[in-house]
Amino acid sequence: MEEQLPQEYGPKWSDQRVERMLGALVIGVVGLLLAMIVTVFVRAWPSFSHNGLAWFGPGGNVDDQLNAIFLSGQNGLEYVYTFHGWPLIWSTILITGGAVLIGLFCALFVAVFIVEFAPEWMSNVLQPVIRFLASVPTVIYGLIGVVVLVPFIGNHLITEPQKASVAGVISLTGYSLLAAILVLTVMITPLMVSIFSDGLRAVKPGWLEGSLALGVNRWRTTWKIGVRSARPAIVAGTVLAVARAIGEAVMLAMISGSVGFAPNPADGLIFVYEPSRPLAPTIVKNIDQLSSPPANATLFAIAAVLLFSAAAFSFTGYVARRAMRKYGAA
Amino acid sequence: MESVQTPPPPSSQPANPSAAPQPSPPSRGGSKGAVEGTATWAPIDRLGLAVCWALGLLFCAIAVAIVVYLLIQGIKFLRPEMLWTPAAAGFSEAETGGFSDALFGTLIVAVMGISLALPTGVALAVWLVEYGRPAALARVTEMTIEAIAGIPSIVLALFGTVIFSSTALGFLSRTSEGVVFGRSFFAASAMLSLVALPLIVASTREGLNSIPRHVREASYAVGKTKAATTRRILLPTCRPQVTTGAMLGLGRIIGDTAIIVVLLGATQNFAPVEEAPFPLDYLRGAGTTLTNFVYEASPTGNLNQPQKAYAAAFVLLLMVLALNAAVDIVHRRARKVGTWSH
Amino acid sequence: MWGKNSDTPGPPPIRRLKLEDPEPATEVLPPTNGSNGHGPQQSGFTAAKRSIGAPQFSIRRMEIDEVSVFYGAKEAVKGVSLPVRQGEVLALIGPSGCGKTTLLRSLNRLTELTTSARLSGRILLDDVDITEIEPTLLRRRVTMVFQQPNPFPMSVFDNIAYVLREQGSRRARKKTLEPAVLSALDRAGLLEEVKDNLDHPALKLSGGQQQRLCIARALAAEPEVLLLDEPCSALDPKSTQVIEDLIVKLRDDVAVVIVTHNLQQAYRIADHVAFMYLGDLVEYNSATALFGSPREQRTREYVSGAFG
Repeated sequence: MEEQLPQEYGPKWSDQRVERMLGALVIGVVGLLLAMIVTVFVRAWPSFSHNGLAWFGPGGNVDDQLNAIFLSGQNGLEYVYTFHGWPLIWSTILITGGAVLIGLFCALFVAVFIVEFAPEWMSNVLQPVIRFLASVPTVIYGLIGVVVLVPFIGNHLITEPQKASVAGVISLTGYSLLAAILVLTVMITPLMVSIFSDGLRAVKPGWLEGSLALGVNRWRTTWKIGVRSARPAIVAGTVLAVARAIGEAVMLAMISGSVGFAPNPADGLIFVYEPSRPLAPTIVKNIDQLSSPPANATLFAIAAVLLFSAAAFSFTGYVARRAMRKYGAA
Repeated sequence: MESVQTPPPPSSQPANPSAAPQPSPPSRGGSKGAVEGTATWAPIDRLGLAVCWALGLLFCAIAVAIVVYLLIQGIKFLRPEMLWTPAAAGFSEAETGGFSDALFGTLIVAVMGISLALPTGVALAVWLVEYGRPAALARVTEMTIEAIAGIPSIVLALFGTVIFSSTALGFLSRTSEGVVFGRSFFAASAMLSLVALPLIVASTREGLNSIPRHVREASYAVGKTKAATTRRILLPTCRPQVTTGAMLGLGRIIGDTAIIVVLLGATQNFAPVEEAPFPLDYLRGAGTTLTNFVYEASPTGNLNQPQKAYAAAFVLLLMVLALNAAVDIVHRRARKVGTWSH
Repeated sequence: MWGKNSDTPGPPPIRRLKLEDPEPATEVLPPTNGSNGHGPQQSGFTAAKRSIGAPQFSIRRMEIDEVSVFYGAKEAVKGVSLPVRQGEVLALIGPSGCGKTTLLRSLNRLTELTTSARLSGRILLDDVDITEIEPTLLRRRVTMVFQQPNPFPMSVFDNIAYVLREQGSRRARKKTLEPAVLSALDRAGLLEEVKDNLDHPALKLSGGQQQRLCIARALAAEPEVLLLDEPCSALDPKSTQVIEDLIVKLRDDVAVVIVTHNLQQAYRIADHVAFMYLGDLVEYNSATALFGSPREQRTREYVSGAFG
């Protein structure tokens, strides 16, 4: 399309030149990401190689292990890498899973409401509310959680007998799974609502009109046709929410409790009151340990697990959306 | 129009100026006319609608509660001196000064972060929309931007420690006894720009994609290069979208804590590097921002000065709200201007 | 089919008069030129050949009484009165923007989806004003097929089963629904082509098949009136012919109202034709009369192609 004019006549910023410069920038950014991934895994390798698959398993008190790892690096003795991260992984699974499940349910209903069933005044209020909730910094969620939710749970929800029943193992103070899941849900739901709403609005109006013209009421039409067609957007939104939840470090560091304890469902319902600490906050809480080489490797190993999980979820979402194309839902 | 094959960016609002509804076919908004009563709905349908209302009201209530609570606590504890008094050591909260360093710190990282992210993001978006050859590289780039959007900021922070602790980049932070400290405003801003980048790229792409092809062709037809067309015609037209992206990115930057905690040093005051000239001494040094301050001042942090935490949180929330309002204004103004007839 | 399992009040039972005592056909066909139904010479309408015979019976189903539809200040339909009869095909013709689609959509209250729309006059379905019937129930008795085939993104079976399932509060099992689905597909003439694989994604069918699926879907609701909005305009001639034959066959079961901009199509398949222009009903007559010897000057001009 563009002729290649002789250099003397061409403009200074010829298209070729600009394209090459932009291309270099693009390659730079891609390279940066690759470098990031490689660096994280390379730095993480010592921790994985010393522990093998047991890295992910249970065994011992993970806080003690972290301490031991750190000290071994400081004292110039032989490095200790022993690390069994299961309590952290279990905490991540519980908190992320709980928040995403509740959030998905809430976000679906709120999105359907905003797009289809809310009267004008309500949706004019609700949409800015959702945007607001999505933009509140996580540290503020953490602060409010710490000063409002945690004392409420600790003083008013958890009863003395409940505290006594697990007193030997762990103390229930209100820094708990419940607090973490509730606040995390409020954090990720707005994200899902906006993506779901976009998806619902993009459904072909012909389908919705066709369904109404067959005598199906608006509620069923919206759910059976609208939500069903918006399934790729729902998957995309959920995947994004999961990635956000897994990576959430600061708020969870403030609320979930600072112990590497694996909440035990066998304790019955009390287990939602038990404190724990997922993977991402563990990094934040132990960030001063970076100077000690084995601790450095361990923290990077945790980061590698985070990276891998986020990527795995993205990939699963991508595969799911491709499968949905069969019925033309994409 | 963004297809749903690539996940939409984590922007909180779609920036599409919407077309006006026509009488036929019916507009989407028209179907909310609620001409259909719920009397003929099965009970479970009505229950579902009740759940919708309940959840909608619940989230409104939560938002109101957050704002009201911070408002009350902020007004209670925020004294104007806090905004220009730096933090100091002291025994009681009254003696420990304010958080001016944190406030300036937030402004500094915001400016530096956006100055890095904005040109880069716009350039990437331009390449993706206007050039994009070879196609494989374009797909890889799209995936990269998505990937960066999905990486937790704590991981970005860790990576930052690796880069900025290297001797090659020692000039960007303090070096003492041959060991590069690796924590400075430069370091934090660089990684924060990555946080804002995907938002800017997505918004700019949307803006560029919404310009119909014939505008570009008109410009090429008078002999302008692609670069000139982009610079003189396309980008100025996208100003609303670029601005929206920048403000969304700013919002993410000033709200981020993990990168600050890791890459800005664990102080509450500026810690400038002595040997360097102003302003580099501050930028190469450590410091703090409002988010870090709230984190440390909260009951779970090292300082445990909850009153100051409320005050700082209040100021932070005001900044975020102001940014949100600005984005809204930009949107509304953009919608008033017409679009091309495609 | 529906209404039996549901807890919600079902629609009034379908009144089908037995074929032994129908009303006689309302219009006696004027004699043609003696040949096998070719269009008369004087209106220049020579090419088309009618594929529809005289109606066997006709039952008044809907009555359109001085209906005007306003979109805001603009009057899209001005004071139209028409009867809609089972046993007959009514075609609405006219140039673009004449209001025929608006009139069609007002018959099942789809115009109410647009907030600025207002309707004056009355439309009666079996002597009941349609504004007094719940819209959802009305739309099960008066179903519509659109110009663009819009099968849902599901399998063929689910498309039809969808209509049957969403009528009641209890979800019927697949086995229970199967006879109804097959019957609807049969009536739409699609059964032979899809019966081997009912789980085939509906969007993968050809255009003509998709439109027949939409007709089958509309029939599955067991309507009394079937509205068709230019159903063949997006299809190739062969599919068009298949659907036209289908429409002619359906007229005994449901009252058919079809909007078409294709005059030849109207001539081929309609019993009665209403010609509209800029919102006014210019002429309403039997098809052969309107095309053969139109009463109004404007009809004459339109039919001979002077404008359109």
